[in-house]
Amino acid sequence: MAVPESNEFFIDPSRCIGCNGCVQACTECDTHKGYSMIQLDYIDQASSPQTVPVVCMHCESPTCAEVCPADAIKRTDDGVVQSARKPRCIACNNCVLACPFGVPKMNTAMHLMMKCDMCYDRTSVGKKPMCASVCPSQALFFGTRDEIERLRPQSRPLNAFKFGAQIIKTKVNMMVPARSTVEHLDVVGALSEPTIGNQLEDGLWPNTFEIAESESESGKS
Amino acid sequence: MKAENPEIVAPYDQTPERQPHWRQEFPIDTPQDDYRSRRDFTKLMVITSVAFAVGQAWIVLLSRLRRVRGDAPVKDIAGVDELSVGSAKVFHYPGPTDACLLVRVSERQFVAYGQKCTHLSCPVIPKTEAQRLHCPCHEGSFDLLTGQPLAGPPRRPLPRIFVTIRGNRIYANRVQQGVV
Repeated sequence: MAVPESNEFFIDPSRCIGCNGCVQACTECDTHKGYSMIQLDYIDQASSPQTVPVVCMHCESPTCAEVCPADAIKRTDDGVVQSARKPRCIACNNCVLACPFGVPKMNTAMHLMMKCDMCYDRTSVGKKPMCASVCPSQALFFGTRDEIERLRPQSRPLNAFKFGAQIIKTKVNMMVPARSTVEHLDVVGALSEPTIGNQLEDGLWPNTFEIAESESESGKS
Repeated sequence: MKAENPEIVAPYDQTPERQPHWRQEFPIDTPQDDYRSRRDFTKLMVITSVAFAVGQAWIVLLSRLRRVRGDAPVKDIAGVDELSVGSAKVFHYPGPTDACLLVRVSERQFVAYGQKCTHLSCPVIPKTEAQRLHCPCHEGSFDLLTGQPLAGPPRRPLPRIFVTIRGNRIYANRVQQGVV
């Protein structure tokens, strides 16, 4: 059984409402042994409630598998990078440190690396992964390319990421605005950029401090 | 998922022919990882079969050699009065480095064994009060009267040394041989 090639994963972080439904649903999947393999990241928790769900992007050249000294991480022929094989995994943590998206998780008690495997027991028989099946805003969408084009005319899928000089192509797609001209998402570059709305707040905060200071000074005198 | 340009394989951006050899030995994709070529399988079968055949020939050769050499010469190892009942003496037989134990079990009974534990060759210690030969390395135990393993990791009995008593002296005759 393999995941049908027509079914693809699309992530649109701008639709994420941070409900944690995917995190809970992920634990229900049998291939994760009761552990949640999805991570809900805050982009900039101090200034924004915006969250982004992080699932395995299933790279074309999986760095986790490249660095595995025990030859334990394998990709099935449908392009899904699977959890480490229990008889081979030596729990060395190399994959956890190497993955550019921070996906693999080390289960120290089980001496096993487990990661998002796109709910292989479900997707390989044509179902949606748990996270995509529960996501109320469909920030996590699993379906055909025709469906996403029909449902999201304002967005287009993109599956290239840039880390320094390395460009990583992935099986999972990230939705970007349809009229944007980017060819890849520069993840490291984005870390140093202010998040949306921060420019406005950067202008606001000093003013409020000034007012507070002048008020206290006037009160003293 | 198929790469857009299947000729180029990351991370070295090289064609498959120019990738290092280990990359073919340890492929990332499951189909290639599960693949066994007929040549590899045949090689494994031939090498294993040859190893078995050589092993059998080696055993035959050893037993032939032993027959040609004959038994080790009889060696005077101790006097009967040297040992009180329950005490032991170390002697070397058949070679000067093969340590053995002679134990006086009762007034008229002596037993002798090779001192090397059959597990990992630690020297065994006589515990005559418990009727055992004890190996302290991994808590192995042998029966004092028969040399059979009683407890711990050893599975084979200690090699017996056959002794005879002539007059007041004890002589070692030969070593009980196993298969190898």
